[in-house]
Amino acid sequence: MVERHPVLDFFSHALLVLGVLVIALPIYLALVGSTHSAQEMAQSPIPIWFGQDAFENYRTILLGEGPGVTSQVPVARMMWVSLVTALSIAFGKIVISLLSAFAIVYFNFPFRKAVFWGIFITLMLPVEVRIVPTYQVVADFGMVNSFAGLTIPLIASATATFLFRQFFLTVPDELTEAAKMDGASPMRFFWDVLLPLSRTSIAALFVIQFIYGWNQYLWPLLMSTDERMYPIVMGIRSMTAGADSQVEWNLVMATAMLAMLPPGLVVVLMQKWFVKGLVDTEK
Amino acid sequence: MMLSSDKKVIFRSNRLPWVLIAPQGFIILAFFFWPAGQALVQSFQQSDAFGMSVQWSGLDNFAALWRDETYLASFKTTALFSACVAGLGIAISLALAFFADRVVRGIWLYRSLLILPYAVAPVVAGVLWLFLFSPSVGLVSHVLERMGISWNILLNSSHAMTLIVIASVWKQISYNFLFFLAGFQSIPKSLTEAAAIDGAGVWQRFWTVQLPLLTPTLFFLLVVNTVYAFFETFGIVDATTKGGPGKDTAILVYKVYFDGFKAMDLGGSAAQSVVLMAIVIGLTVLQFRYIERKVHY
Repeated sequence: MVERHPVLDFFSHALLVLGVLVIALPIYLALVGSTHSAQEMAQSPIPIWFGQDAFENYRTILLGEGPGVTSQVPVARMMWVSLVTALSIAFGKIVISLLSAFAIVYFNFPFRKAVFWGIFITLMLPVEVRIVPTYQVVADFGMVNSFAGLTIPLIASATATFLFRQFFLTVPDELTEAAKMDGASPMRFFWDVLLPLSRTSIAALFVIQFIYGWNQYLWPLLMSTDERMYPIVMGIRSMTAGADSQVEWNLVMATAMLAMLPPGLVVVLMQKWFVKGLVDTEK
Repeated sequence: MMLSSDKKVIFRSNRLPWVLIAPQGFIILAFFFWPAGQALVQSFQQSDAFGMSVQWSGLDNFAALWRDETYLASFKTTALFSACVAGLGIAISLALAFFADRVVRGIWLYRSLLILPYAVAPVVAGVLWLFLFSPSVGLVSHVLERMGISWNILLNSSHAMTLIVIASVWKQISYNFLFFLAGFQSIPKSLTEAAAIDGAGVWQRFWTVQLPLLTPTLFFLLVVNTVYAFFETFGIVDATTKGGPGKDTAILVYKVYFDGFKAMDLGGSAAQSVVLMAIVIGLTVLQFRYIERKVHY
């Protein structure tokens, strides 16, 4: 620090603590809410300290054997759908982007620039702006209510392709020359040289894309009409669909906690990769 | 700008590069270009209620949009919403990053907690804040009630708007904060120290040294936040107000979804999609022009 400034330092901490408290408040209250019975949660003001029913609530939603809103698909199944979707999207995006970046950087072929710009333009076509016709295409392929429908249309990635392209350009040409001299095929070079070098970028990208995949909502809303294909993020929405007074907030909050847990853990535990991924993908 | 430097040493093959491109190429053609083209075509067509006959209608769908007061209202709603989300989100995270840059101890804890909302899905963020603002059990509504304010998002449209703005800002603070913090930390200490020796106070240094150096970050975040408010807040709106009361919080993306899937107005929805595409293209171009500048900065 430039100079000592005890008052300002105190003020800085005070303000940050306040900020953190406000940011954490909804998550804290969701955690507290998930530990109370439906009766306790139906009164105003709601409790602000933990209750006794945590085990009961989480058991009810995970197994899906409670009355009312939980008489649908168990949340455990929803979490499974979310996990498979998020992993497939993250993995798929990384694989196809690595391959296209390799082709664009290490080969010279006709329409190379056109291909590059074709990938670039997808940045300008998010699902939200082509929602109805994209649904029609997927329906024509017969992929509604399947993992393929939930994941494949989302795994094209301009940002990931650019990131890998940018990285490949920094790989010294000497490595390529040496590999060629040793008679290594292009795929051998890709597998034995490029891939190990790309580990950091892959890890950073994985964190970002896992969160992206886990938190998808609009797409599953179109794709999943069968409750067994609801990801948890969508399942939670159907729990709050009833009238305000009928919502079983204790179970909704328990589901919310479970929906936040995997991406939350990934962000906090893999913080270094997360920050790197966030900054890199925006370059 | 992006193909400026290429490899000198490359592999030779006629087939392999196409095989490598194929998976990404197939997905892009099938799920991006084809549907986008369809949206464009459908926006110039009129189909009857049963989908039996389709005929060209020129710019009729766009003219209908222009005359549709709910669509124009949705534009205004979106403009107000994004201005509030971008403005508040940026101001709050700038302040937090400024103070986080000053503190030495506890930074890891502050940062870990401040980045948490990034991991929360928009719908879940909506549900969490709905719970706080719910008219019957919400904690915040209860406190407001005590203060004599009757809070009801189902009846009062400015209450509903406040709720979606708060939920959207809350979710985006993490992102903005990380970029501002990185921005503050990349400012050379020698600059702030030199200003301090010249007698500039903390406040003055912020305005004359730090903020000017942060303008690229600021501008970048302005674009990103606008895109976020336009396109990624669908889940928040759907989980909390569903566009209500009436249509007072129906932002453009929500309206495209509603008209296309609930009201089944294909031509109208396609025309709206085309307008949205134009907006994204504009914003993306803005963002990339800025990024080119940043490289030379």
